[in-house]
Amino acid sequence: MMSINQADTVWILISSALVMLMTPGVALFYGGMVRRKNLLSTMMMSFACLGLVSLLWVLYGYSLAFGTDHAGIIGGFNFLGLANVGQAPSPVYATTVPHLGFMIFQAMFAIITVALITGAIVERVKFSALCVFSALWLTLVYSPVAHWVWGSGGWLAKFGVLDFAGGSVVHLNAGISALALVLLLGRRRGFPQNPMEPNNIPMVVMGAGLLWFGWFGFNAGSALTAGGLAASAFVTTNTAAAAAAFTWMVISWIYRRPTILGTVTGAIAGLATVTPAAGYVSPLAAVPIGIVAAVVCYYAMLFFKSKLGFDDSLDVFAVHGVGGIMGMLFVGVFASLAVNPAGADGLIAGSGLQLLKQLVGIASVGAYAFAVTWLLGKLVSVTIGLRVGQSEETVGLDLSQHGERAYGGFLR
Amino acid sequence: MKKIEAIIREEKLDAVKKALEEKSYFGMTVSEVSGRGKQKGILLQWRVGEHRVDLLPKLKIELVVLDEDVSVAIDAIVSNARTGETGDGKIFVLPVETVVRVRTGDRNEAAI
Repeated sequence: MMSINQADTVWILISSALVMLMTPGVALFYGGMVRRKNLLSTMMMSFACLGLVSLLWVLYGYSLAFGTDHAGIIGGFNFLGLANVGQAPSPVYATTVPHLGFMIFQAMFAIITVALITGAIVERVKFSALCVFSALWLTLVYSPVAHWVWGSGGWLAKFGVLDFAGGSVVHLNAGISALALVLLLGRRRGFPQNPMEPNNIPMVVMGAGLLWFGWFGFNAGSALTAGGLAASAFVTTNTAAAAAAFTWMVISWIYRRPTILGTVTGAIAGLATVTPAAGYVSPLAAVPIGIVAAVVCYYAMLFFKSKLGFDDSLDVFAVHGVGGIMGMLFVGVFASLAVNPAGADGLIAGSGLQLLKQLVGIASVGAYAFAVTWLLGKLVSVTIGLRVGQSEETVGLDLSQHGERAYGGFLR
Repeated sequence: MKKIEAIIREEKLDAVKKALEEKSYFGMTVSEVSGRGKQKGILLQWRVGEHRVDLLPKLKIELVVLDEDVSVAIDAIVSNARTGETGDGKIFVLPVETVVRVRTGDRNEAAI
């Protein structure tokens, strides 16, 4: 039996709590960017994931992702309802902390990944449809993909694809699934001819702040030990966020004025991009990673929204999809065995092989997530319907889906 | 009795209020409104790119005065709300049929 390391246990539990806080962070981040009539509904889409996904994860999601491997594709049922997941460490995953600690850390990743997708479909998706879709997506997309990349025996893990904290499992997965849903769901009524102004940018800034804070648990926690690697991933994470936030600020300044909405968007792009690389690259590599993340995500956003006219409402694909792909590639470029002996040497350290492996990871996760999400979305669409009715959309989803409004009444 | 409705720039409220008070017009109702006119809106920025907002925030001042006081009050508002640029606002003057002071039940001139 493996023995528990108390420092590692403290770190994984704190990291789990940090990652949990990211989902309310997403609620604030997304909520501030929509129109006032959809503020609560947008926040609800994230917060509902805390309920729904947490439950499904302990019932069977964790088992499908991390249970005994079947052909590299999916985990078995041996952890169903947390059977065999106890206070003793797992012999395979995070072997110095209680298995329950690793399980709940992973739960928080599943929750936020589903929450991230919602940004693309806010202001028009039917809430009941979103709940059904989320349950199906967790089961048929998130859990298998997590198994491929992180599960013991997962085929991409065995193939040698490196994803430290979720560039493929979380960001690419969420981003490309968001894109598939946007194609099914269509544009918001009035997009793009009517400007849809953010209702509360301070809320967006607070959300971004919570996300940046929680991301230390996401990335540094993914070291799964409280040692040097966690510190390295922590510094790498902060540096990439800083470089990307600063770069986005400069870009918007060159065009006109330095906007805070752009600056915080840059921070999130940098964080998403550095995620798969955080524990494989040196902290200084985060500087070019952050700068490139901001430049590429900026123009990706312009391209998808203005040129192609996709109403990916809160730019989930441009930030998380594109960022996730870039970050996976950056692993193949900047990874170094000197930083993490469990990683690999990338292009700069003299080997191009890892970059090719990363491409296989991107292509397989991207293709699978897009195809299955499209099918699941279509299934929901033809059964209960994916989109609210015209008048429900016009009065806003707060009233039509939840019977609430964000700001009620007069002073009294 | 006339009601003066003045749409002015938000930043001009203090000066207009002070000028009206100096002419002993103290009572007024102020509300935040949105509107558009020759100013044609302003450009705001998004995460990327920019967009035009054509309804701009203004303040609306409403006060009721005696007929003979209308031009004095208008002068006080105009001279303090004007910048000379588009977007300075508009003033509307409307006849008022009845005024009632809720506390006392006083009517018309006694209630202004």
